[in-house]
Formats: sequence, structure tokens, C-alpha cells
Amino acid sequence: MGYRCVVCVKQVPDTKRLTGEAMKDDGTVNRAALPAVFNPEDLNALEAALAIRDRHAGTVTVISMGLPKASDVLREALFRGAERAILITDRRAAGSDTLATSYILSCAIRRLEPDIVLCGRQAIDGDTAQVGPQIAEKLGYTLVTYLEELLDLRGSTLRVRRNLGNGFEVVEAELPVLATVLDTANTPRPPAAKRLMKFKKARCRSEVEQAVSRELSEAGEDARATEVARRCLMLAERGLLIEQWNLEDVGADLTWCGFKGSPTKVHRVQSIVLAGGAYREYPPTDEGVGRLVRELIEDHTIG
Amino acid sequence: MIEVNRIGEVWVFAEQEKGTLSEVPLELLGKGRELAETLGVPLAAVLLTAGDGEEMATRLGQYGADKVYLVEHDLLRQYQTSTYARVIRELVQTHAPQVVLYGATAMGRDLAPTVASSLRCGLTADCTDLQIGDHTPPGSKELHRNLLLQIRPAFGGSIIATIVNYDGWPQMATVREGVMVMPQPDGQRRATLVRHAESFSGFRAPLRILESERREKKVNLKAARVIVAGGAGVGTRESFRLVWELANCLGGAVGASRAAIDLGFVDKDHQVGQTGTTVRPALYVACGISGAVQHRAGMEESAKILAINIDRSAPIFSVAHYGIVGDLRVVIPRLVRTIRGGARIEGLAEPLEGPGTPPREARG
Repeated sequence: MGYRCVVCVKQVPDTKRLTGEAMKDDGTVNRAALPAVFNPEDLNALEAALAIRDRHAGTVTVISMGLPKASDVLREALFRGAERAILITDRRAAGSDTLATSYILSCAIRRLEPDIVLCGRQAIDGDTAQVGPQIAEKLGYTLVTYLEELLDLRGSTLRVRRNLGNGFEVVEAELPVLATVLDTANTPRPPAAKRLMKFKKARCRSEVEQAVSRELSEAGEDARATEVARRCLMLAERGLLIEQWNLEDVGADLTWCGFKGSPTKVHRVQSIVLAGGAYREYPPTDEGVGRLVRELIEDHTIG
Repeated sequence: MIEVNRIGEVWVFAEQEKGTLSEVPLELLGKGRELAETLGVPLAAVLLTAGDGEEMATRLGQYGADKVYLVEHDLLRQYQTSTYARVIRELVQTHAPQVVLYGATAMGRDLAPTVASSLRCGLTADCTDLQIGDHTPPGSKELHRNLLLQIRPAFGGSIIATIVNYDGWPQMATVREGVMVMPQPDGQRRATLVRHAESFSGFRAPLRILESERREKKVNLKAARVIVAGGAGVGTRESFRLVWELANCLGGAVGASRAAIDLGFVDKDHQVGQTGTTVRPALYVACGISGAVQHRAGMEESAKILAINIDRSAPIFSVAHYGIVGDLRVVIPRLVRTIRGGARIEGLAEPLEGPGTPPREARG
């Protein structure tokens, strides 16, 4: 039996450690310039998928749309137990908002025909929580957001407890389903040592091309191309080639991709400049505190 | 998508549960009225329910809606994505509003993206402000007038982004509860009721809701006149007791930054900020809170802000009215003592009598 699970994962800028030159002139982010991490709630989504496979058998495929560097999170997923990793990468996807992103991902996922799609509730860069629901709408899968616990899975029926913040719900749906997963749903398992040793050598085609460019900078284009093909073949034979799909491979209509396919556009970006505040300072002494309290009483703020 | 147009209305999705309207659609009607007046178009609420529609529609009218599109059907009794999204999409395609606003609640964040996807239109989440303005795309001479400017912090809060949507209409946005100010209701105001009959013939709702429970929040931050909030700078869960003490002696509620919640100092219900609650108390005391943009977005409209932080360069001081640079473990006890009347305050005839309850055990 078993269930075919697909997990959408994203490499995100570590938004707690931004540096100055992160934005380009058109208002989109220069993602390559920032320290990058596995989107936290996507790890929970992956864990949910792996737990389903542990219990019910089946397959776990991870998919990510991003720059070749996003292979990092695909490798991390392989370390933790995913058996297939697919990178969707294409310059023409740059500048995609959530609508265009969900369109591209749904084209890819449709080819995989999963029973269950799992996404983190939201990514820590955009914080929109929109891509999961939008993929569900495009695929025609039943959407279950805020999955906190998978209560039951038998046959083609899924039962889930949702945490809505101000309460909870227990819902049941027939597969196929797309669920968005909360950070409170589980504790992601760490990488397995053996898998780490094996899959740390996994590469996508673009990464191979970049390495060959660096190492064979003197060689001609033909020689480099031959070397790329050779290396990719070797990786594939050992199960270490991360599949790489472009927009043609996923069957996407280009008019719905990238900047052109994104209804929301950036009008303006303002860096937060913290002006020195015009606040009244009080020393942390008894005298200072006393004065402050008196002032707050006199203007009826307290007292 | 619908055609870009200048006659479409401004809509607010009127979220309700069990026949009671949530607060956020009422707040959005306040901002919606501003937007509608600037655009010179009517403001409408969109209400989906199984019953009690007229009662809720009356209330929506009092809070500023010119019209209420009312859809009543048994399948709308309990929210689920596909039933609600289907109705809203049909309404949008029939009436072509310019703007549709939703609360960024659990329901809104489930519904709005689904509607946006089915309409292939743009949606911006968690807006902290909405305005009407013009936009020229970079490298183009084309001027798009009177667009909805969708404003929100992004990228860890280091930027404020203004998003526009000029060709993927309607323009849709979600806004968190408490961000927009609740308007004063006008008991005399009436909205025109427009009933829309939805036929769900042949439609089977895919989700079965087996159990459903709502719980009261542990604290009502929006109603509090005074809030004392603690951040990561409080240091430990034990030290957070000081925040409770100060709140108690001021008769205030306890708030917290996201960092303090993540560190386990106190329950999530106390979170103030962009992803917590937005508050406007008479006094906000920020203890050991650095003042990241997402936190400031939730409290910077407080009437008076007192910041206590050991770091003079903490961004919180940029929004503070009063500041004490020092160790809160020393400063808070001093404040508590002074407020309780333990110290004579120069210039006051009598020692100050505070509410004076002894400190309670810190909870949470």
C-alpha cells in the first residue's frame, strides 16, 4: 500500500541576520547574498511526511523552487530520509510572487501525482502563508491548514487536528489532500549519520556546472560540457544526482511565471532608519524613577 | 482576474462564527470607508452564513457598510475552504469590486489565498497600512492611478514594503486584528441588503468537521489601558515575574514580545506585535524589549511608551516617550516600590497609594 507524499521545502534567507546590500533596485531580494537556512516549518512538514512513511509505507519526495544553492535544503531533506529530491530552477522564475510560485510548484507536483502534499504553514521571509493554499487550489486537492496532529490515516481518509490559534478542529477528508503544517506539530528528526555521509555528495546539474567552470576555467566549452556530462552520469549511477527541472520540464506556461506572472509588484521599499528617539530619559535611580512616576501621575497616565 | 476598473466597490469579508461577527471586519470597515471615499465608490461587506444574516447585516451597516452582500445557505454554517471560496469567487466575478479586504485570521489566511488563486489575482498578507496612491513601474512611462498601496514590514522587519497590483484585479489584502482602528458605530446608519442565492447543486463539501472548539484568550490585551510587556532582555522565566508585578501594581495587562514567547517566558496569548496582537493602550511599558519592527508595529501607537532597556541603542527607544537605560532587575523593583508608596515622592503631599495588591506568583 503506502502513500506517495510530496513535501514542498524552501531555502530562506535567515531573516534574523540580514546584511545591508540585500535588496536590488527593482525591490526584489538578492537572495544569493544572504545566509540561508531550511525554512523551519518546512522541516516540520518533512517530518510529518517521514512519519507517514514510517507507519504506512510509501515514498517521500521533496521539491523546492529556487536558485541552485537551494540544493542545500534538498540535501538536508535527503539526510533526514527523503528518497527523491527535485530542484525547480529557472532564471525565468525570478521575481515570482506567491501566485506565480504556487503555479510553478503545482505544475511540477501534478507530474508526481502524490496522495498527500505537505507544506510548512509559512516561510520566514515572506510570512504570507499563501503558497500552500494556492497550490491546493490549483491542484484541486482538499486543503487542510494548520495541521497540528495527524490523528488517523486509513484507506483514502485522512483525519487531522487543526490548531486555529483560538481553538481547534478535528476534520476528515478524502485524499488527495494538501496540508500546511505547524511548528508545534512535531519535532523534526535530525539527519541520519549514514545518509549524511552518502548524500553530502549529492549535487544538482547546475552545481556540477558551477564546479566544472571553477575547476576547468582554462578548458574550452566542449571539454567542460563533456566533463559536466561525465560527472552527472557518475552521480546518477550512485543515486546522488538531485533532479533539476526547468519551466519547460514542469510544463509551465511562461506567461504565468516570474515577474510577468505576478500580479503583486513592489512599489517601494524603505529601509527602516531608526532616528534617535526624542524620549525623556530618566536615570535608573530612586530619584529618577520617582520623578518619572510623578510625571505619569500628573498627566493622568497612571494613578 | 477581473478587468481593472474605476467603478468597482471596496469590499470587506465579514468573518463570523455561529452568528457572531468577529471584530476584525468591523475594524476593516473603518479603513474601508476611507478607501472607498477616496476612490468615490461604495463600501460593501460580504457576509456568508447559514442564518442570522439580517441581524449581522444591520450591525455591518452601523459600522459603515453601504451595502451588505448576504449569502445564506446551510452549507455555509461552518467555515470550510471550498464552500466559502466558491461563493466569494462568484460574487467577485459578478460584481467586480476593486478591492477586497479580509482579516488575517485563521479563516482569512485559509480563504483569501484560495480565492486569489482561483481568480488569478494578487493578494498581500498582513498589511499594517492601506492607502490609495499612484504607481509607475520602473523603466516604464505608464502611470497607474489610484491603486491600493499595500504596506507591510518584510525581511525580518528591516524594511517596509509597499506592494501594488495594477493588472491582476481585484486588489486583495489581509490585515491582522487590531491593526485598523475600530470605527464608532452609528445606530442610524443602514446598509442596503443585497441577497445572493447560491446554488450548491451537485456540490459536495470535501471536509467533514468532526469536532470544533474555541477557547477564550487568557488575556484581553486590546482592552487594557496599561500594558507592561517583557522581551528577551528579561533574561529568564523567573525574572519575568517582575513584569507581572509591575503590571499588577499598575492595574495593567501583561504583554510580551515574540522573543519572550519563543523563550517560554509566558503564553502566546500575551504576544504583542505584528503576528500577535496590536494594541493602543494609554501606557505601554517595554521591559527588556529591543524593539524589532514587528514588535513596534504592534504597539507604537500607544499613547505613552516607557522603555526600560540596558542597551541605549535598542530600537525601542526610537518610539519611546520615556526611557530608562538600566537593568530592569533593578529598575522594575524601584518602580514598583515607588508606585506602591514605599518611597516618598518629592512634590507630592501624600505617599502615593497604588492598587497595592501584593505580588502574585508569575504564571505562564
